[in-house]
Amino acid sequence: MPGSTVTDEVELIGTGKGGGSSGDDGSFGGGGDDWKGPSGSARVPQRAYVTGMTIALAGILMFFMALVSAYIVRKGMPNSAWVPFNVPRILWLNTLILIASSFTLARSRSRFLANDSEGFRHWWGVTTILGIFFLAGQVIAWRQLAAAGLFLSTNPASSFFYVFTAAHGLHLLGGVLALLFIAFRPTHRLTKGTATEVVSMYWHFMDGLWVFLFLLLLLGR
Amino acid sequence: MSSHAHTGHAVVVEPSGFIRKYIFSIDHKVIGIQYFLLALTAVCVGIVLSLLMRFHLVYPGAHLPFVSGGIMTPEQYLALVTMHGTIMVFFVLTTAPQGGFGNYFLPIQIGAPDMAFPRLNMLSFWVTFLAFVAIIAAFVVPGGAPISGWTGYTPLSGMGEVTGPGEGMGQTLWIVSISLFCLASLLGALNFIATTIDLRAPGMTLFRMPLTVWGWFVTAILGLLAFGVLLAGGILLLLDRSAGTSFFLPAGLVVNDQLQPHSGGSPLLWQHLFWFFGHPEVYIAILPGMGVASHVLSTFSRKPVFGYRAMAMALCAIGFLGFMVWGHHMFLSGMSPYSGFAFSVLTMSIGVPSAIKTFNWIGTLWGGKIQFKSPMLFALGFVSLFVSGGLSGLFLAQPAVDNMLHATYYVVAHFHLVMGVAAIFGIFSATYFWFPKMFGRMMSEPLAKVHFWITFAGAYCIFMPMHFIGIAGGIRRYADATGTNYAAALQPVHVFMTYAAFITGAAQLIFLFNFFWSLKHGAVAGKNPWNATTLEWITDSPPPIDNFGGDYPSVYRGPYEFSVPGYRQDFIPQNLTPEQAALLK
Ligand code: HEM
Ligand SMILES: [Cu+2]
Repeated sequence: MPGSTVTDEVELIGTGKGGGSSGDDGSFGGGGDDWKGPSGSARVPQRAYVTGMTIALAGILMFFMALVSAYIVRKGMPNSAWVPFNVPRILWLNTLILIASSFTLARSRSRFLANDSEGFRHWWGVTTILGIFFLAGQVIAWRQLAAAGLFLSTNPASSFFYVFTAAHGLHLLGGVLALLFIAFRPTHRLTKGTATEVVSMYWHFMDGLWVFLFLLLLLGR
Repeated sequence: MSSHAHTGHAVVVEPSGFIRKYIFSIDHKVIGIQYFLLALTAVCVGIVLSLLMRFHLVYPGAHLPFVSGGIMTPEQYLALVTMHGTIMVFFVLTTAPQGGFGNYFLPIQIGAPDMAFPRLNMLSFWVTFLAFVAIIAAFVVPGGAPISGWTGYTPLSGMGEVTGPGEGMGQTLWIVSISLFCLASLLGALNFIATTIDLRAPGMTLFRMPLTVWGWFVTAILGLLAFGVLLAGGILLLLDRSAGTSFFLPAGLVVNDQLQPHSGGSPLLWQHLFWFFGHPEVYIAILPGMGVASHVLSTFSRKPVFGYRAMAMALCAIGFLGFMVWGHHMFLSGMSPYSGFAFSVLTMSIGVPSAIKTFNWIGTLWGGKIQFKSPMLFALGFVSLFVSGGLSGLFLAQPAVDNMLHATYYVVAHFHLVMGVAAIFGIFSATYFWFPKMFGRMMSEPLAKVHFWITFAGAYCIFMPMHFIGIAGGIRRYADATGTNYAAALQPVHVFMTYAAFITGAAQLIFLFNFFWSLKHGAVAGKNPWNATTLEWITDSPPPIDNFGGDYPSVYRGPYEFSVPGYRQDFIPQNLTPEQAALLK
């Protein structure tokens, strides 16, 4: 997938002077000189954004895995005061919505690659709305818990529930903002192909992460 | 090469306003200098704090005008310990080598115009700056600075004011500061990695990168994987303090006769999260220094780095193993002897890549035409300190020995030599080496030599005796070393170390003077004062806004082609084509 989009916008990047990749033995970046414009102007190659997102996701994964290991350790404490509870039912719906949004986003991107900007905008919008529904659903879940008397500090099980959902929710909110941003503003440094690719990577990751956290909260309680 | 240099076609235009140019700049060189100056400020604060501690240990009853109450209390002493450690580890050793020199030189050394994401780079710096403001603010809030050490151990750090004066607002600010720092470092790490992967010049393959770049690259990967974990811990700790949760706080805790309202949390969980970050963090502090030492030793021995690939792979191995040894800080936490054994063996295995590096540094020097210039002296000092400090690590790595030495001055001696002073020597080496490139002028060589010898001798005088105090049972973090007979008997050693500390501290004024004086009055440096080979030396000093004036280099050879047989010139820059190089035969 990475790379396929870059070729769409090759004119935009400007290949500049040649120089070739001069025998690059096993290098996975050096040798590419497409970031140099004709007059030596600097332009970040589009693949750097894809690399950057991959790296960011690795960092985010470590953050969440730290929380998950804390969950496991804390739950295993003797006298942990852990009181398991049934997750609000609406989480099932939210999960379905988020999974669906991944499909609509994939659809949107394939429309983009097929140069169908109408279809692209349509499915992009659907994804955004599904994302907002998910976030609203999470807030409803919090309110239901609160109504049942379960707050952040009630017991470690509820504490972790709020921590996980809030941390994931904030990340997903960032994803929704990115979706909106790309829908409404032309990006001048990233080409649209890269922007949609990078946001898709992020979104699918957040989707998968949520499914994992949901299963953890559901089965690991 | 393109002949378009300086024709004005370049899209990179230098911003004209002062604010865009020097404050909210997106130029990695300006940001690098900003990081460096931040670290310089921080190190001055850190040194003053350490001298206050040394003074107190020798004159515990002295009246100090700036201490509320006149005589320093144990809590105030602990606040000094905490702030000194935090400021030094985070805002000096993590900030200067990576944020400072890495930012400035990584793009230039790989032939790039800037970092991959310049705006993100600016954001990293300003978030780091905010973190620094937050930690300094801890001095002035009610209750003062926190007292739980640079490791912020729970439950002390999680309970609030009941556990001590600095544990209110001060500790909260500490956590906020560290969390911001984590965030900034994550953004920085992302930028460093993406830049190294995607912005290398044509021909700059991985194994043609200078070892400095390898150092920053591996450091960035460690940062990416470690800082998120501490961030997670910081958030949970903040919730424990302010939202009434019990992640780290156990039930039934009685503090100052008050039963605390927490339930079932695990203080050791914090230690695990902290040290999972903390051990990689010590390598984050030292790996850039290793890169600089390799680079400088090669340049001033006029010899290629001995075993270049082994050096690069050893950096990777150290980084990789560094994630599996955090338990060696917790041998005494009641862990199972089997885990203790595993952590012990893994820890000692880091000795292997460390020994490879040391061996190759010596191999680089062997038979070289050694020039004892100031960067070289500090690089040699780095190697010396790294070895002296690293060896004590092998003792500490054995649970049975650590039983006795844990939480004594022996540990303090170990980590100050191997991390504190060695990394500082890496920073000094880098400063003397690259100052001409950054500011276009040379620093004074005689002053630098005086600075080196006092600092080198001073560092050993301060930290070597600490081993003996530790072996004799001197406990770290105690405000008064004379409380028991056996400890009081060691007081003359403390006196000696305090004198050494004050002299060494004063010698740093020579460096500060040299630095600022040379900015204006140093001899003009020219492009390549050290006859070095890597790409930063083919451009102007200081480099133009886009680093190469539009004339971007291609790379045709490895980074350390010194004294190649058959050539008249004893160095061949990386960008010389085979034809150009042939003219030097
Ligand atoms: C082969 C090399 C090394 C070994 C075997 C080793 C082993 C250890 C062990 C076992 C401890 C725990 C002692 C205790 O608390 O009881 C320790 C502490 C420490 N080490 Fe090392 N170490 C090595 C190299 C390094 C390096 C290269 C650095 C930094 C650049 C470093 C920095 C530290 C720090 C900062 C602490 C103390 C942290 C604290 O308690 O505040 N060590 N080391
Ligand atoms: Cu360690």
